[in-house]
Amino acid sequence: MPTLSMTVNGEQVSGEVEGRTLLVDFLRENLRLTGTHVGCDTSQCGACVVHVDGVSMKSCTMLALHAQGTEVATIEGVANGDTLHPMQEAFRENHGLQCGFCTPGMVMTALALVKDNPDPTDAEVRHGLEGNLCRCTGYQNIVHAILDGAKAMREGAANEGES
Amino acid sequence: MYEFNFQRPANSDAAIDAQANAEDGQYMAGGQTIIPVLKQRLAMPSDVIDLGAIEDLSGITIADGTVTIGAMTTHTDVATSGDVLGAIPALADLASMIGDPHVRNRGTIGGSIANNDPAADYPAAVLGLGATVHTNQRTIIADEFFTDLFETALDEGELITNVVFPVPDQAAYMKFPNPASRYAIAGVFVSRTGADVRVAVTGAAACVFRAAEMEQALAGNFNLDAIEGIGVDGTDFNNDLHASAEYRTHLVSVMAKRAVAKALG
Repeated sequence: MPTLSMTVNGEQVSGEVEGRTLLVDFLRENLRLTGTHVGCDTSQCGACVVHVDGVSMKSCTMLALHAQGTEVATIEGVANGDTLHPMQEAFRENHGLQCGFCTPGMVMTALALVKDNPDPTDAEVRHGLEGNLCRCTGYQNIVHAILDGAKAMREGAANEGES
Repeated sequence: MYEFNFQRPANSDAAIDAQANAEDGQYMAGGQTIIPVLKQRLAMPSDVIDLGAIEDLSGITIADGTVTIGAMTTHTDVATSGDVLGAIPALADLASMIGDPHVRNRGTIGGSIANNDPAADYPAAVLGLGATVHTNQRTIIADEFFTDLFETALDEGELITNVVFPVPDQAAYMKFPNPASRYAIAGVFVSRTGADVRVAVTGAAACVFRAAEMEQALAGNFNLDAIEGIGVDGTDFNNDLHASAEYRTHLVSVMAKRAVAKALG
């Protein structure tokens, strides 16, 4: 079997995979990083979104070997120890989840969106969420959470700049 | 997925050799269609030949009134390219409407047109702008490239290298997307270059096609009133759970008008 190596949440990892192994299965089964979810397995729901070299991708719709030599970021790497990331905190504050199954993909998508567009409009957030399905909330509070999270991240960056 | 041998050649020649030497070799571009197909066991290639490591298949260049897009260029790269936004904003706009952000980050123009899904967006731009598809063997004009449902003029093992788009005077794309998949239930790409007008329709029929009557009406008068009352014959249109043929026939007229209005600014 081919040998795969990559960086996941800053740590070098490697393992043997089949050609047909999906990235999400490598993350969940080999690395036991089960925060990345498989919601639909048909490339629709976005619960499996991770960042590959800083870009959001559906880890159920790429092979593990596609990530050879890349830097992968999953939901497990977002918080700083016990301190939630401002985007995660915004989801908590805004009740941006009910069952929580879609939340890892939502947060990873939100972080990718804000990276490219630090001050998005409501419409831009909704356009950015077209690849992420939530069957509980009706999206309203998810959009609120992302707008608030983006604001908190801008303020955090500004404070960092001052100090 | 059934098992397959995964290959990731470093250049086009190696990819073509790998395909030729495989029992049943399947190219993989961004994988946003073929991976779901493999997961459903609707295909069983002996070898998957991944094109992701071939650097010279990606990139956008502008020259002599044309925009050349490498086959492995992602939808995000086309949607956000300053060169494309400047030369053919309608093409960047179309790319920004494909699927969702994650699909656009991996999906490629070459993969989209080689697959020729009847509801895909890119075939409308390729046909609606009169682009030319370049392969490792030849060049194929858009009017001869898309031949039928999921069928193209490509031969077994033939590899798309890039697509060359002529820069039009005016162009726009409008679609009515399926709310779940964002595929076009009906989409219309219009362009005008001098007196030459092209109207390409995707999503409605088995394969992208040109709406000849609309083109003739718009050729002398590129305005909304020119296509008032001019429809398309929807006899053979797709009739499925997403939309009836009758509804699609109506949508094509509506999308055509919206596209012309958008092209006029």
